[in-house]
Amino acid sequence: MKTKYEAIENVDNIFGIIDQHEQRPDLSFITLEKDKVIPTLIHLRDVENYSHLVMITAVDFIEDNKFQITYLLHNYENKTDIGVKTLIDRENPTMQSGHKLWKQFATYQRELHEMFGIDFPGSPRINENFALEGWEGIPPMRKDFDTLEYSMKTYHNRSGRKSYDPKTYMKKQLKQDIYKQYPKKGE
Amino acid sequence: MKNKNDKKILENADLKPIDKDLFSNAYPETVPPLNKYMEKLANWARANSLWFLAFGTGCGAIELRPLLTSRFDIYSKGIAPRPTPRQSGVFIIGGYSSVKTLKRIIRSYEQMQNPKFVISLCSCSINGGMYFDSYNTINQIDKYIPVDVFITGCMPRPEAIMAGFDKLKERILAGKTEGANKYVENFEYYKANQKKIIKDWNMPDYNW
Amino acid sequence: MFELDRSKYPPMQDGKSEFDINSHKYLKLWHGPQHPGVTGNMALELTVSGDEVIELKTHIGYLHRGFEKLMERRKYINCFPIVCRICVPEPDTNEYLFSTAVEELAGIEIPEKAKWIRTLNLEMSRLGSFLMWLGGQASMFGMGSVGQWCITHRDYLLDLFEEMCGARVYHMYMVPGGVRGDLPDGFGKRLEAVLQKCEKVIRDSEIVMLNNSVLQARLKGLGIITPDMIDKFGIVGPNARGSGIKRDVRKDTPYLIYDQLDFQIETEDGGDGWARLIVRFKEMKQSISLIRQIMQKMPKTGEIKAKMPNPLHWKIPAGETFVRAESTRGEYGYYMVSDGSEYPRKITVRGPSYTHAMSLLEHLGVGLNIADVGGIMGTLHTYPPEIER
Repeated sequence: MKTKYEAIENVDNIFGIIDQHEQRPDLSFITLEKDKVIPTLIHLRDVENYSHLVMITAVDFIEDNKFQITYLLHNYENKTDIGVKTLIDRENPTMQSGHKLWKQFATYQRELHEMFGIDFPGSPRINENFALEGWEGIPPMRKDFDTLEYSMKTYHNRSGRKSYDPKTYMKKQLKQDIYKQYPKKGE
Repeated sequence: MKNKNDKKILENADLKPIDKDLFSNAYPETVPPLNKYMEKLANWARANSLWFLAFGTGCGAIELRPLLTSRFDIYSKGIAPRPTPRQSGVFIIGGYSSVKTLKRIIRSYEQMQNPKFVISLCSCSINGGMYFDSYNTINQIDKYIPVDVFITGCMPRPEAIMAGFDKLKERILAGKTEGANKYVENFEYYKANQKKIIKDWNMPDYNW
Repeated sequence: MFELDRSKYPPMQDGKSEFDINSHKYLKLWHGPQHPGVTGNMALELTVSGDEVIELKTHIGYLHRGFEKLMERRKYINCFPIVCRICVPEPDTNEYLFSTAVEELAGIEIPEKAKWIRTLNLEMSRLGSFLMWLGGQASMFGMGSVGQWCITHRDYLLDLFEEMCGARVYHMYMVPGGVRGDLPDGFGKRLEAVLQKCEKVIRDSEIVMLNNSVLQARLKGLGIITPDMIDKFGIVGPNARGSGIKRDVRKDTPYLIYDQLDFQIETEDGGDGWARLIVRFKEMKQSISLIRQIMQKMPKTGEIKAKMPNPLHWKIPAGETFVRAESTRGEYGYYMVSDGSEYPRKITVRGPSYTHAMSLLEHLGVGLNIADVGGIMGTLHTYPPEIER
């Protein structure tokens, strides 16, 4: 039975890995270039027996101007997971579609298209609404979308809501700075 | 018969004649109360036979199902679930509403026949609750349909829901539940609020 | 299911029918957001020809609250109360996974007794969710009395939860670091009384349901899942075990103290709704036996919470992780990315209904009667809130 380390080494020899990180003995993350991802998934699924697609998700790194897409695969024979990560450009995000590999791929791609704005040309039902109806505005999961401001502006709010920061409120209530009496680290 | 020509023309007025028959071309009307003793008798009948629409719009609806078992037994008070809005008198809004569900709530509410009452559960419908900063849930249900009784909690226990029904009965017997008439009198206000947040407006206009 | 002469219906190719919607021979029906028995709102757009469904499209989004965006705005300890509201009949899996992901990234080890109490909580919650499912599935086929029995007995379990955690439905009990409070005195006796009642209701339901010829005729052959479909669709949980595949997260990658408990993976051959019903009955009995083992083997004394820093000013080191657990519906997973600040960078929740209720339902729904569409949603245990969160 092959191990996870052999699988990662084979992928490195054939496709070339930029970076890898082991989180637990049964979970590793490898970073690849954008156009090597779909061939890697096919290789992992057919040759290395990583036959179960667990999830596809995206993370917004606005300070680097990149989106990171993560594909998680699971192998039922040696019970390990490999996460395949890739970074794509944030201005015109588009990625090759893999909807012919697994049947649930298309649903994840629909969600990423609606929530982040990432385009997967050729994926079925990609331009239909997934969870939002009549949404005008930038895709909501991006970091530059402020959800509190949108909610306060669009939906009618009941008046009388107040918020308190615990530290300043307690200072006023007890008329002293209670945090001063706890010793700092190292004292 | 009132002259219907002096009412405002509704939005589906410019449909083709073959489709015009499907929608009604008149405004909803208020229903005045009956004379004093008949209204008291009618209120007594309404209060003791409250049938609610079995549409669980949010998470609060999960505590509605135990009410129908023998431990809490609301069948004995005359309260029963019904599958369609035409057969029910109470609409229980179970918690938060997303914009997509709000459109269906309004559509079902408008299909119910007079007199109709609304009970709203959980704190999410009062002031947004835990999802006050969410881009898809509304913060106050009061502005879109008239509500008679609010029940707080997250989520309210079955005993709390039964107490809410008792409060609704008190208000019906006192003659204070004029939600349906209030909706018609302030029709423009409610519709303006609804159209502000529901962008994909694809609803016909009824007159019943 | 439908053994009629197919020459009157449009031809099928690769699971899809070819038809012309403008030929006025087909009807589009909307199987709307309100369903009896499935605790969630999801709409199905059916295209029917007579009584046979020739195309099924799913529409979700009625319960979308934007959890992932809300969690990015809150500190880790503030995320903890909203996480359990993703799944209503079974909120403990979410709390456990969130706490485990945070503990793994922060390098916190929880004490021994806390692991046992967490496992007890998870197994009780599985039993409650199965009872609710059984009530829903029976009601979909017209057997309302079974639904009443099951919901009543789930109420007894909710009373026990109220003693242990403080609330009936949303527990908020498994904090990062351990659990919030110890078991009350005399809990074991009351739990044993409730388990005996649950055993009786499972036995009664089995007698009523498994000997019913109408249920047999409707469930046998409904929604057949063959073993080669499992990995192509990503099917997990009792839906996969009903086709004979032995997969269970509690045995494959054991978490908490499942490696110290004695149980086996329950499977059944057949792949149709009948086999899945039998698998779930077996799993209910398995949960009861696991709860009894836990109460016997649990250490009587011990710490229930590890020493934690001030949660309002808590920074988790940067990293990413994925944790999984076995819920009633299958493999549930949380993917958490942290960038070293007080707020999470991204938390993704992966529920098993993501593939069962969307791509699998669209594939299996073709060729059914209209009346069986509700039945197949029940037998696949679809649950919309975890699709759209």
